[in-house]
Amino acid sequence: MKPILELKKISAGYDYQTVIQHINLCVNEGDFIGIIGPNGGGKTTLLKVILGLIKPSAGEIIYHTSMQNLFGYLPQTNNFDQRFPISVTEVVMSGLMSNKGLFRSYTKKDQEKAHFLLDKYAMSAYKKTPIGNLSGGQIQRVLLCRAIISSPKVLILDEPTTYVDSHFEKEFYPILQELNKSMSIIMVSHDLGTICSYVKTIACVNRELYYHNSNLITSEQLQSYNCPIELITHGHVPHRVLSNH
Amino acid sequence: MFELLKYDFFQNALISTILISISCGLVGTYIVAKRMVFISGGITHASFGGLGLSYYLGFSPMIGATIFAQLAALGILFLGENKRFREDSLIGIFWSAGMAIGILFIYLTPGYAPNLISYLFGNILTVTSGQIALTGILCLTVILFFAYSYRSLFYIAFDKEYSNTHHIHVNILNTTITSIIAFCIVICLKLAGIILVISYLTIPQSIAGIYYKNFPQQLVASSCISMAGSVAGLFVSASFQIPTGATIVVCFLLLFMLSWGWTRIHPPHTTQLQAPTTLHHKEKNSFPENI
Repeated sequence: MKPILELKKISAGYDYQTVIQHINLCVNEGDFIGIIGPNGGGKTTLLKVILGLIKPSAGEIIYHTSMQNLFGYLPQTNNFDQRFPISVTEVVMSGLMSNKGLFRSYTKKDQEKAHFLLDKYAMSAYKKTPIGNLSGGQIQRVLLCRAIISSPKVLILDEPTTYVDSHFEKEFYPILQELNKSMSIIMVSHDLGTICSYVKTIACVNRELYYHNSNLITSEQLQSYNCPIELITHGHVPHRVLSNH
Repeated sequence: MFELLKYDFFQNALISTILISISCGLVGTYIVAKRMVFISGGITHASFGGLGLSYYLGFSPMIGATIFAQLAALGILFLGENKRFREDSLIGIFWSAGMAIGILFIYLTPGYAPNLISYLFGNILTVTSGQIALTGILCLTVILFFAYSYRSLFYIAFDKEYSNTHHIHVNILNTTITSIIAFCIVICLKLAGIILVISYLTIPQSIAGIYYKNFPQQLVASSCISMAGSVAGLFVSASFQIPTGATIVVCFLLLFMLSWGWTRIHPPHTTQLQAPTTLHHKEKNSFPENI
């Protein structure tokens, strides 16, 4: 497996407060990493460090590939102004910024790409709709299209199912598995049950990172897990592997 | 009314009004979309400090105003990125600091400052050919800048954090547009004066916003509305010998009320929200590797 990026002894935080420390993580081609952990444990901070949005206070990130089309990102919260004058198609096309730089123009082909994705994710009726007229779940679909339009090497999803209705949620994970054939995925989720059945490996972030090189979690971990259920115990506990359920 | 066109001073005023209204129409669309109206208010009022300093030191008021406007614009931009300062507080600080410095220097300047009033309320009829040339250069720069980078501007304004994940030079573009806003405000002082600049950057854009919900359409519509209102205002003010800046603002207001009234009678077509449909399973399993 070819590595795409590596985090080495990363510490990061906001102002003078360290949120995550001594993080080592390697993201390889074809990975599907599920990140779990308690609230305030640093899951989003870790994603932002990987994306380059927060500069780490210590450690280094090594990128083994060019930065162009490296990331597709689906944020947890919609930070944008709901009344901004932008149509759904334009939002999806903004996912191509990394290709276009600041001054290159967007072509008809780019627009077709955006329309193709909107059709695929059942949003074809809203191509010209201003983004603010959509519901939370619909916005999430549009933002997923924006994240994947550039065929990124790594797709990063922060709690992607927060606003999604159960209908789309059921279809969401198979979509990710399909996407995983052409890109690595890192996903933060509270949905422990679902995450285990789809991801390949699991990382728990609670200030530090504990990496499980499998998607199977021991019953002790599940029983004493703190994020959605209880605190996870790391170290020399007897590990009993759960079968698929 | 049209015999006014025979006079050189009126021709100059007309050309410069058109150039200013196009620049302000474009820049204002960005300002309104990004909710930067009060940042622009801060920059405008901060430039008064530069006017006062120029009078005191005896150089061109435009130079002082430009320096102060740039300092305020870039100051609000960069200090606003720092989480320890809140942006609206910074606007208040730059706004009042500029006014205070201006008042003090004008008080300290011996004699009467006759041109000062024209910068407070604007007086486009006294525009010089040098100023027209500067306005033309600015207008051309604004048009070219928007033509080549409106999508990047628009996407970054929409979601800056997301743009940063693409590792493009977001800060270069933000700094450039902020600086262009400051230049536009200074040029517009001659037409509108410090007190009224903000209306050139907001009313035509709000009218465009009533009809168009997409940024590129708003850019074109705002410039056209801004140009129509300004030219009408200029003719009316010159005919009745009333202040140009204020007349143009009243023209904008009339256009705004007419547009608003028109949409009450003929509501614009809105997209109906529909329940999301299910994905087609056949399609779902055929996501192409390279779309």
